[in-house]
Amino acid sequence: MHTLTLKQMSQKLHSGEITSVQLTQHYLDRISAFDPTLNAFISVTPELALSMAADADKKLAAGQGEFLTGIPVAHKDIFCTDGVKTSCASKMLDNFIAPYNAHVVELLNQIGMPILGKTNMDEFAMGSSSESSYYGPTLNPWDHQAVPGGSSGGAAAVIAAGLAPLATGTDTGGSIRQPAAFCGITGIKPTYGAVSRFGIIAYASSFDQAGPMTRSAEDAAWLLSAMAGFDARDSTSLERPKDDYTTQLNQSLNGLKVGVPAEYFGEGLDPAVETQVKNAIAEIEKLGAQIVTVHLPNKDLAVPAYYVLAPAEASSNLSRFDGVRYGYRAKDPVDLQDLYRRSRAEGFGAEVKRRIMVGAYALSAGYYDAYYVKAQQLRRMVSDDFKRAFEQCDVIMGPVAPTPAFNLGEKTDDPTSMYLADLYTIPVNLAGLPAMSIPAGFVQGRPVGLHLVGPYFSESKLLNIAHQYQQVTDWHTKMPAQYK
Amino acid sequence: MSIGQAEVAYISRLSAIQVNPSEVDEVAHKLSNILELFSQLQAANTQGVEPMAHPLDQMQRLRADVVTETNQRQKFQAIAPSAQDGLYLVPQVIE
Repeated sequence: MHTLTLKQMSQKLHSGEITSVQLTQHYLDRISAFDPTLNAFISVTPELALSMAADADKKLAAGQGEFLTGIPVAHKDIFCTDGVKTSCASKMLDNFIAPYNAHVVELLNQIGMPILGKTNMDEFAMGSSSESSYYGPTLNPWDHQAVPGGSSGGAAAVIAAGLAPLATGTDTGGSIRQPAAFCGITGIKPTYGAVSRFGIIAYASSFDQAGPMTRSAEDAAWLLSAMAGFDARDSTSLERPKDDYTTQLNQSLNGLKVGVPAEYFGEGLDPAVETQVKNAIAEIEKLGAQIVTVHLPNKDLAVPAYYVLAPAEASSNLSRFDGVRYGYRAKDPVDLQDLYRRSRAEGFGAEVKRRIMVGAYALSAGYYDAYYVKAQQLRRMVSDDFKRAFEQCDVIMGPVAPTPAFNLGEKTDDPTSMYLADLYTIPVNLAGLPAMSIPAGFVQGRPVGLHLVGPYFSESKLLNIAHQYQQVTDWHTKMPAQYK
Repeated sequence: MSIGQAEVAYISRLSAIQVNPSEVDEVAHKLSNILELFSQLQAANTQGVEPMAHPLDQMQRLRADVVTETNQRQKFQAIAPSAQDGLYLVPQVIE
């Protein structure tokens, strides 16, 4: 059942050929068999999943089911789920049972999508490898020596190994697209504000954006349609009519102008990755697209700008973890300052502490203008680069990451080297644009992604391009041999 | 830019995160590397560029100044490390 497309799954559920309970149990069995090795889940919730599946079956039997009713989903452990542990992969929240649902979780619950569990991730979504989790690293299903990417590495691994048909992720600096590329799945980061951030544990508020992680672009269109939409409880949620991203999936690519940034194919890009990405772009050209060279001259300044701004926002957002109202508290504090300082020192992992410290420093007197304001100016310059590029093309294509998945432990001692894994994804988050990663081949058995970036609200266009590409290629249908 | 022990102590205080004496050198080293990355920013000419706070360059939407949340004190305090009589307990602050 785990090799069915979402459309086939939905048809079988609606026709009564399979029940949601059977489908959910199938995935729970696969999780039991494979997750002890992969470590892609932090929590598995079989009782909740089967009870939700039984409710979904009633809905389907009564003819009230929607397309996604009865199809199980795995949520990244950053989404608050009422009554379920929501740890954000941190010791700080190891004991935290969320008292409410994130807006996205509410929406998918209303449709009747059973929750299989909560997926592993980098602690507080900070990282590019899913190795900084308090619960240990997730392995890449394609190669257990490799990282699955981060921070939504658990979600990507779960889809790649067929442990769930759909998963939610979040992308602050590339955390949907980079793991999607490393695990050979499809992931889309929508326009900033398209999906509500209510109930998603905040890392960097002006960057964080939730999106779907799936096997195919078509599946992503279905899940994104269910996740997106205005939410008054999130002040950054965009007030615009709800989109149905599935309606534009059959458009011809004739006349499409694809911008290929000259700066994306230079020093630092693995030549084998470059070949795969260029092959994929050539395939899209064959479908009728016209390729034009564009320029994004401030690309290299995006990484330092991001690593000022995101930690600055993190230092503020994570100040709520003080050991007073919820989460971890240090034992026998001598005074209030000791309670704060030790709870945070003992509850947070090394990378989270580092980013909070960097952020606090960047915002401090004497450095605010030199670091924070300067980085905000760079943010505008990067955003303006994209605006100029989109005057010449409809969509930009290039690599998602400079290399395929790197080895476990390879970059853990060198944070700045890890930061460069997000070199191609970060500029998109600075500008708030929609972007996606789709499977585009392999390098030495490890998947490579093609990066599609569009102007604001071009999700339908990106999904259509990806879907057209997936009609003529089969990278997205491949599964690691041991998980078939 | 190189960070020393005094700066680590200052940053530790700013961020309310205790750094043990045995960790100071490693923290200083890694923070120095990150600040080195930031030094690339100084090379960029940003004269006359307006800082951008919102990725879509928009103003934050405001809501009416009215209470919309229901009182769920009991539910929230059930997950507190230490609470009593509707209050969160912390070490004594006032002598």
